[in-house]
Amino acid sequence: MADEVVLLDYWLSPFGMRLRIALALKGIKYEHKEEDLTNKSPLLLESNPVHKKIPVLIHNGKPVCESVVALQYIDEVWNDTAPLLPSDPYLRSQARFWVDFVDKKINGYVKALWTAKGEELEAVKKDLLDCIKLLEGELGDKPFFGVETIGLVDVALLPYASWFSVYEKFGNLSLEAACPKFTAWLKRCFQMESVSESLPAAEKLYDYVVQMKKKLGTE
Amino acid sequence: MAEEVVVLGFWASMFAMRVKVALAEKGVEYEYREEDLPNKTSLLLEMNPVHKKIPVLIHNGKPVCESANIVQYIDEAWKDRGPSFLPCDPYQKAQARFWVDYIDKKLYEAGKNIWTTKGEEQEAAKKEILEILKLLEGELGDKTYFGGESFGFVDINLVTFYCWFLTYETIGNFRIEAECPKLIAWFKRCMLKESVSQTLPDPKKVYEFCLFLQKYFGVE
Repeated sequence: MADEVVLLDYWLSPFGMRLRIALALKGIKYEHKEEDLTNKSPLLLESNPVHKKIPVLIHNGKPVCESVVALQYIDEVWNDTAPLLPSDPYLRSQARFWVDFVDKKINGYVKALWTAKGEELEAVKKDLLDCIKLLEGELGDKPFFGVETIGLVDVALLPYASWFSVYEKFGNLSLEAACPKFTAWLKRCFQMESVSESLPAAEKLYDYVVQMKKKLGTE
Repeated sequence: MAEEVVVLGFWASMFAMRVKVALAEKGVEYEYREEDLPNKTSLLLEMNPVHKKIPVLIHNGKPVCESANIVQYIDEAWKDRGPSFLPCDPYQKAQARFWVDYIDKKLYEAGKNIWTTKGEEQEAAKKEILEILKLLEGELGDKTYFGGESFGFVDINLVTFYCWFLTYETIGNFRIEAECPKLIAWFKRCMLKESVSQTLPDPKKVYEFCLFLQKYFGVE
């Protein structure tokens, strides 16, 4: 039976971007459905009744919710190519730990970068840089967090990282100077088509931010 | 090589209890070290430099942090000992992970809000915790355990909250069993397992500890 894969998504969601990258890495054909978050589809509400959020991966009619859960599901079902997790239990636990770290820390700071002002903004920038430095330590001299190839941590982190060129343009954050290894990792990942084609173009993100800043009056 | 397993925990932490239940289920011997949280040991700070929190599992000198992550690690590292916590089927696995993620996102905060707030805020917290527990009860359905016939990943990560229910109910002045009888029946069923009954502390002791915490945090 041919696999039917549907992704309920929103172009700007870092969680949705994670799944796009994973599906591309594994060469999985899928139907992408863009949701209007102000007017959620009955399919979304039915597929994710608990949280009512995107992304939702629907595989042969069965929904999988929460991006990290869905990433592991994708890795386990399509296990013949581009593994996201190693087989060693200890290394797997480390990968899960750092993905949890990205979810708990990076997500919040990234959001705050756009809404915070003055002293609060400076504190957020510092906290975010501290987190990235910790991740740099974890990366070490490896080309990717997944060691030889792109792995779960890389996929979980990349969506936020694609915003960094936008942050630098707005002068919100100067990443390259502070975190050269991280910047190098980003560039290395962006050389992969599965990554660059799955993430929105920097110009689109930039335009979106300009619009949002006008709305919030934080130009 | 002889295995060395150490658990850094705190007696009243439902997260630390998860690790102990999981190790007991696999029949793994370990050394338990109680941490004094206002005065964390250098070992804890060295083993979990990122979050500086318990529980930490140290297996042959290598630390694993974050309780749900530790339980998965225990399942994988000792996969030859006893049944798997997670089902084989990827879809069922995803469901189990989803529900543990749900528990982690919602249950602790809702419970904490019951003993740290008053009045309208507390009423909202009670309503919220009952909604969460009812949803979980729906997921359990008529199964013996969340894992079906066997005590599994969701069961291990949820059961340890049971010893805090007396605290929530006494401080919040409500009865969970009235709203979630099937779930309470499941909790009691789990308590018949040695791995659970030997791990969970006396709920009265948890309640006394919570009263102390309320004073400490200045909750009137």
